[in-house]
Amino acid sequence: MTSANTMPPSVGTPTMPQETAIEVDDVRVTYGEVQALTGVTLQIPEGRVTGLIGMNGSGKSTLYKAIMGVVPLDVGTVRVGGETPARARARGLVGYVPQSEDIDQAFPISVREVVMMGRYGHQGPLRRPRPVDHRAVDAALERVELTDLADRQIGQLSGGQRKRAFVARGLAQGARILLLDEPFAGVDKPSEAMIVGLLRELAAEGCAIVVSTHDLHALPELADDVVLLLRKVLFHGSVAEALEPEKLALAFGLAS
Amino acid sequence: MSPVEVLLEPLQYGFMLRALGATVVVAVVCALLSCWLVQVGWSLMGDAVSHAVLPGVVLAYIFGVPFAVGALVFGLLAVVLIGSVRVTGLIKEDAAIGIVFTTLFALGLVLVSITPSEVDLHRIVFGNVLGVGTGDLLQVGALALVAGLVLVLKRRDLTLYAFDPTHAHAIGLSPRRLGSILLGVLALTATSALQVVGVVLVVAMLVIPGATARLLTDRFGRMLVLAPAISASCSVLGIYVSYWLDVSSGGLVVVTQGLVFAAVHLARVMIRGSSTRQSRLPTPGVPATAGRQG
Repeated sequence: MTSANTMPPSVGTPTMPQETAIEVDDVRVTYGEVQALTGVTLQIPEGRVTGLIGMNGSGKSTLYKAIMGVVPLDVGTVRVGGETPARARARGLVGYVPQSEDIDQAFPISVREVVMMGRYGHQGPLRRPRPVDHRAVDAALERVELTDLADRQIGQLSGGQRKRAFVARGLAQGARILLLDEPFAGVDKPSEAMIVGLLRELAAEGCAIVVSTHDLHALPELADDVVLLLRKVLFHGSVAEALEPEKLALAFGLAS
Repeated sequence: MSPVEVLLEPLQYGFMLRALGATVVVAVVCALLSCWLVQVGWSLMGDAVSHAVLPGVVLAYIFGVPFAVGALVFGLLAVVLIGSVRVTGLIKEDAAIGIVFTTLFALGLVLVSITPSEVDLHRIVFGNVLGVGTGDLLQVGALALVAGLVLVLKRRDLTLYAFDPTHAHAIGLSPRRLGSILLGVLALTATSALQVVGVVLVVAMLVIPGATARLLTDRFGRMLVLAPAISASCSVLGIYVSYWLDVSSGGLVVVTQGLVFAAVHLARVMIRGSSTRQSRLPTPGVPATAGRQG
């Protein structure tokens, strides 16, 4: 895995025609009285890392849920890889890396077993692992450098190692779109650099990577584009522009 | 009296053979299911479903249908009702469970009070494993077989559901369906266990074995072997001891399971408490230690 310094530069990557991986059109979601998303329109391209920035309650998690088809939409459409979310899920296009607090770290399961769960969509109804599944899991573990820790219970990993295990699950799944929810929360700096490097590599291979994060100083190295979200898209463009104080003030509700 | 006699004497009685058979079958299936219940956090759900079947059992006696039919109908009804009480989003799950199962259990008590005396409330509430007839044994066996098969065949999906339902959804599985399968199996299992340990003690069979196994291993696959083995052993031991001491069999089976849990728990606490070295035992329930390096 490369360190942060040897990463491909995020500006000036070869401009090839980029397909749209995720297309969100005028999506509105309400929970009871609460408007979580008020008309989000957004195109996430393949081959790039998109940073999703917004404060708590800005709708980042709801947007992920809308993309995965977990929440019903009041209005609007979502297309993933050109398909409906349901078809995209059935094809295993979308990999999800959950927030740390959404995972029971005491669950009696090994790193290898977690990664194997990425293969379930490709297997028969009994999910009996075949040689091809074992190869995919081994390759994914190798790639995130967790081969030596594969038989540890997941709670025995550091925060950063655990994140890598879930990224490996997406790799084993063969996901072309990876949604990561706050992947740097509680992660040490070396692990963060390694995850950033890995995500950049995956984007270079043509995956669409979406990362929701509070960690603004990681953005220049991590992301090609930034989406500022506050129940709707405030801004979608370059990292440098997104980090301008007046834009951030809008996103974090500081401007009137 | 020789040890061989201690083991063999109870076996000359048909009722003891049936009791042992029914208890072991029920113990194994309950223990399998308990592994998921303790991981999902549905221990209370086991309690709820087992109590909620009471009116079903009473109605089955009244109408002369097999008790399992009535119990199953009300077990499933309880599951559906608990789900529907939650749709407003204002009532949390524990409250929904409390409302539904106590109301159904109370309905059962009312039905018992207006029914002729042949319905033996004590038998339903506390079980009567020594009174298991051949027909009962067949019912218990059939229910347990179906429940056990579903659990074993779907074990990987159910474990994924328990661990990370969002991922299950992301790869095109239906968490809702997997949850329903688990609840359906719970209704089947509670119904079959009712005959052996009764309404009140079913929850012990549905919680203790999984919890004990969790303390012994940090692999779900091994829990699925350990929990049934421990539960079946406790059942045989409990039945034998109850024979020789002439005490409640269902009660003693559960007491044995509780004592084994206590012993395992104490052993873990002592081993972890007295050792400053990195423990060779798995450390479930404890978050990753801060000292480990990323």
